[in-house]
Order: sequence, then C-alpha cells, then structure tokens
Amino acid sequence: MKSILAASDAAALLASSIRGELPDERGRFGPFGGRYIPETLVPAFERLEAGVRRYLPDAGFQQAFRRELREWVGRPTALTFAARLSESWGTEVWLKREDLAHTGAHKINNAIGQALLAKRLGAKRVIAETGAGQHGVASAAACARVGLPCRVFMGAVDIARQAPNVDRMHRLGAEVVSVETGDKTLRAAIDEAMREWVSDPNDIYYLLGSAVGPHPYPWLVRELQSVIGAEARQQMLDQAGGLPDVAFACVGGGSNAIGLFYPLLGDAAIELIGVEAGGTGSGLGQNAATLATGTPGVLQGCYSMILQNDDGQVQETHSISAGLDYSGVGPEHALLQAVGRVSYVSADDEEALAALEEVCALEGILTALETAHAYAAAKRWSKDHPGKRILIGNSGRGDKDMPTLTQHPVRIFSHASA
Amino acid sequence: MQAHEKIGVAINGARDAGRTALVPYITAGYPDTATFADTLEAVSAVGDVVEIGVPFSDPMADGLTIQRSSHTALKNGVSLKWIFDQLDLTKPRVEVPLVLMSYVNPLLAFGYDELASRALASGVCAFIVPDLPLEESDALRTALEAKGVGLIQMVTPATPDDRLARLAQASCGFLYAVTVTGITGGGAEPSDDLPFYLDKVTAISPLPVCAGFGIRKAADVASVGEHVAGVIVGSALVEVLERGEDPAAFLRGLIHAA
Ligand SMILES: Cc1ncc(COP(=O)(O)O)c(C=O)c1O
Repeated sequence: MKSILAASDAAALLASSIRGELPDERGRFGPFGGRYIPETLVPAFERLEAGVRRYLPDAGFQQAFRRELREWVGRPTALTFAARLSESWGTEVWLKREDLAHTGAHKINNAIGQALLAKRLGAKRVIAETGAGQHGVASAAACARVGLPCRVFMGAVDIARQAPNVDRMHRLGAEVVSVETGDKTLRAAIDEAMREWVSDPNDIYYLLGSAVGPHPYPWLVRELQSVIGAEARQQMLDQAGGLPDVAFACVGGGSNAIGLFYPLLGDAAIELIGVEAGGTGSGLGQNAATLATGTPGVLQGCYSMILQNDDGQVQETHSISAGLDYSGVGPEHALLQAVGRVSYVSADDEEALAALEEVCALEGILTALETAHAYAAAKRWSKDHPGKRILIGNSGRGDKDMPTLTQHPVRIFSHASA
Repeated sequence: MQAHEKIGVAINGARDAGRTALVPYITAGYPDTATFADTLEAVSAVGDVVEIGVPFSDPMADGLTIQRSSHTALKNGVSLKWIFDQLDLTKPRVEVPLVLMSYVNPLLAFGYDELASRALASGVCAFIVPDLPLEESDALRTALEAKGVGLIQMVTPATPDDRLARLAQASCGFLYAVTVTGITGGGAEPSDDLPFYLDKVTAISPLPVCAGFGIRKAADVASVGEHVAGVIVGSALVEVLERGEDPAAFLRGLIHAA
C-alpha cells in the first residue's frame, strides 16, 4: 500500500517521525492510528492518555522505571556477536539479547512500565491479553512486583500450544481466562479483554502487550520498548565499532520491532526490515503477513493495515508462532511502510523452524519461534549481501515453544557437526 | 423531511399513543438468510423503529448472544450488500424507519459515499456505530448527512456531563442511552442510579431518548419507559429467534403484559 501517501507527504511524515513528533494530538501516525472505541471506554481512555502525558516525561516515573529495568529486569541486555552464524552466512551477525531479560522476552519492558503507570493511576486490578503467553507471564510478574491483581485472557488454541507459559502465569499469581470465542487466538483474547474493560472501566487498567490498539497504546508501548534500540545502537558503536548495515526484527503486533527500529530511524544508512509470519502459504488465512498482503482498515481500535476480505470482515490467520498469529499490526509500522523507511517481508513456518534449529546448533541459543522468523529473513538477505553487518532483535527465548517443537524433531543441524 | 427525521416522528407517534416506543434489534441473516425478510416484516409490524445489526467478525462491544448471532450470520454469507438487497425487496412491506447497527470497518470497506446513497434508497434512516466515538466520526457523519441519513450517538452511565451535552447535540435520529456499564446482553445489573441517569439524559437531549442493553421483559420496558421515550430490545429478541419462537408475539408481550 505504498501508494497510500503522496511522495511529498511521505518525506514530511518520515521527517516528523524522526523528530519524535508522532503520533500527533489525535493519536495519528499520518493516516494511521486513532482511537475507535466504545463510548463507555472514552473516559477511561482520556484518563489513560492524561496519565501517559503526565508520567512519561516525569523524572520520578522515569527514575522508577529505569531502576526496575536495571535491577529487576536485568538491563541492559547483552549484545552478542554470533561468530558461527556469521561464518555460516558470510555476514557479520550481532544479536540484541531480549531473551536474557527477566521472564525471557522483550515483553517485560512494556509490562513493568505499564504496571508502574497503573499503580500511579490508582487502578484496582489489571487485565492483559496474551498470544504466546510471554506478555501474560510478563504482566503477571510485573503485577506481582507492584502489588496488583492480574487477569490474563488467552485464546484456547494458544493455551494448548504454549502450555509452559500458562503454568508460569498461575505460579506468578495471575488468573488465566481461556477465550473460546472468535478465532481463539490473540485477536479473540484482545476482544475479550476489551469487553471486560467495558464492564469496569473505572477500576481496571488494561495492560496491552503490543504496539497496537487505540491511542495512546501504540505510542506508550513504543516509548517503553525503545530501550531496546537505544541500548543496541550504543552497544553496536562500542562493541562492533559501528552501526549495522541492516536491522531485523519479527513483527506480530510490532512492539519489539518498533522498540528496536525507532531509535534507528534517523540513521538513514541503516536498512530496517520487519519480518512477518508467512505461515503455510500466501492465501488469505494461511499466514499473518499483514503489512505484506493486507489493506487499510479498523481493527481493535485503530486504523492500520489488516487482513480482511472485501466486505471488511477480519480474516483468521495462521502461524506456527502464537505471538505473530494476528490479523492486525501497529499503526506506526503501517506508516513506516507507507513512507518507505522500513520494508516488511515474511518467513514461513518451515523457514522459521529451520532457523530456530540453526541458531540452537551454532550459537547455543534456543530462540522463540517468533524470533526465528527474523533469523530466517536475515539469512536470506545475507546471500545477496556478503560481508555486511547485521543486527537481529532476538526478541525472546523458546522454552515456551517446547510443546510445538517436540512435534518437529531436530533434523537439519546436528549439534556436533555444522 | 430528511430520512433521519422519520425516526423522531415514529417515536413521538408512540408517545402520542401513550406508549413507550419499541425498537427491536435483529442481526441480519440470523438465524438464516431465507427467513430474514419474514422476520424483519414481523418485527416491524410491532416495533416503531427497527434496528438491524450488520454482522462483524470482531464485535468487541457485544456479549455472547450477539457474538453468536453475528458469527452465524457471517457463516450464512451475510454482507452489507446482501442486507441492502434484502431491504430493497422488503421495502414495500416495511413501513417503519430502519436503523443499521454496524462496527466501522464494514462501512469503511463499503465506502462512505456509496453507503449513504444505498442506505437512503433502502429505507435506512440512521446508523449506530459502536466503535466510532464522536472524535473519529466526522467523515462518516458528513457523508451520511449529505443524504439526510443520521448518525446516532450513544451515551453511557460513565459519560461525564459535559460530554453528555456534546453527544446529545451531535446525535441525529434519537439519542441512545446505554443503561449499563458493560456489553450487550451482559449479566450486569442496572445500578440504582438508573432512573436519575435516564432523567438527566432525557432532560438534556433535544431528540427522543431510547434506552438499550439488558432490556428483556415487560417489567423492564415499563420501568425504563417512565424515564425515556423508547427502549431497544436486542439480545433478548435474538434469543427468541435462536429458540425458533415467534418474535412478534414476544414483542407484543413486552408492551401489553405490563
Ligand atoms: C518472543 C516474542 N517475540 C515477538 C513477539 C511478537 O510481538 P511483537 O510484534 O509485539 O513484538 C512475541 C509475542 O508474543 C514474543 O513472545
């Protein structure tokens, strides 16, 4: 959908994005974003937005947030030089290790930031949705940390394929609600969380887990996740001796990707590539390649790219990774695609599984199935760009994926050889 | 007379007859497509205005009943275009003003300008769009009003007074007062403040006020009807259709048995 903006508008919007001016007052990233919500939630969103405007720039809040990131989450996370992958691919590969963050994925950066905000806004309880369960676990942990009860909505399909995370959420004191409606995955879980919020808008804080949804969430989540890119940029300068030629991140709703990319937008020489789930094929319903194959529309509170039919009905998706299995995508990614700053490609289920095996075998890192999509695309890119320096957002670890992985025995890489 | 003004006329007609106006809600193409025209005609013979739900894949403001009816309707192949085609067929036999309830995305996909023309031609006088707050509604409102079709605003018990005044001014057709803080068909009990809230909405609104969400039986219609001009009956009616019972008899029971 590159034709959605005139070239002059695109240049102006990119410049304003780099200057940090987006979203605008109405929560828009150019044409994308906004706030499409039931009337019952309007006062709750106004309170939330006022809270974000007050606390994000607040020195006390930032100090508390940075301290939690450092002492509880374990930041900064490492930047790892992937020597054997580099040798295998013929490029210079660096990994930003969000899998080393507390609870095992980037999701915790957002969860602890929003939990601190919920506390300041006087919430009585927190609700969250989750796909892969990583955001659910992060929310459960963050709520325990700040002392708020937490209820997590999770699709029945995802509960089955991410069982280890369900147990972890229970351990951490959260209640997990199985969502049996709709597509029984992430999209249905968000719908159900919204319904719960509508029933108690004064006491509930909705801790949304990706850079999606109505304003101010895409903005709030980006601000909390930008620590990934800010750290990675400095670490590349310090450890690699320069910025990367390209950065890759997987894109479900787009939170780890926007966190990595946003601080790099102004470095025009860095190519930025988001990787969506190619699933089992290119047909509608076989993948979750929203930016690559979707059209503009409103889903779950914001105007962005979505997978839909001609009647505006949202389509079901397929991906082997629960965290990428979503028919929408954050509005800022829709803008970054429209202005041509970030390109979005996809990797399919098989490529992701093969990449996961390769990273295990060559680097001793069991990466998440979501993250494996980024590796698959980076490997493909390496073929045409020998010698280039690559940064990969290693968004999370793959322990949660064991129920899926045990159905796919190790075939390609023997750990001894390779 | 503009199309949206027919709604006020119909609701005031009920008032003049000493009744609370009845606005039945049905999901288009539910329980099946073959009987939709009959159901619409039966319901419109009792209702003063009829609200027709356009099914959507992600009905985030709706409870289980309407989620289920939407899902079935989509499986039955219902689309906005199909609904308009049906309304063209039933038009000679349906005299009451019609209101379409739709989430915003199917309307966007249809195209706002064509939507307005097609609505007018099919006897649709107004739209209710539960995920389109006033702040996002300019484009749709402008397109609809160019054809005299209204955009109905909702207010809820959570709406602050200054916003309530703005929504009441902006509404077109009637003003929709949601009775509970919750989704359609939910178990939420209306609060003790309900009469006070409804009186406040009625006092501030230049248009007749219709209350909806959770209105299921004659006693609800009687008690709520003391404070507003009309009531919207949704999930309870959809459940009647689900059980294969007679919708017109159910609706008559709501106004007469009190
Ligand atoms: C490890 C990991 N990476 C990526 C994602 C995708 O989410 P996002 O696109 O918001 O980063 C998830 C979601 O659950 C995840 O667990």
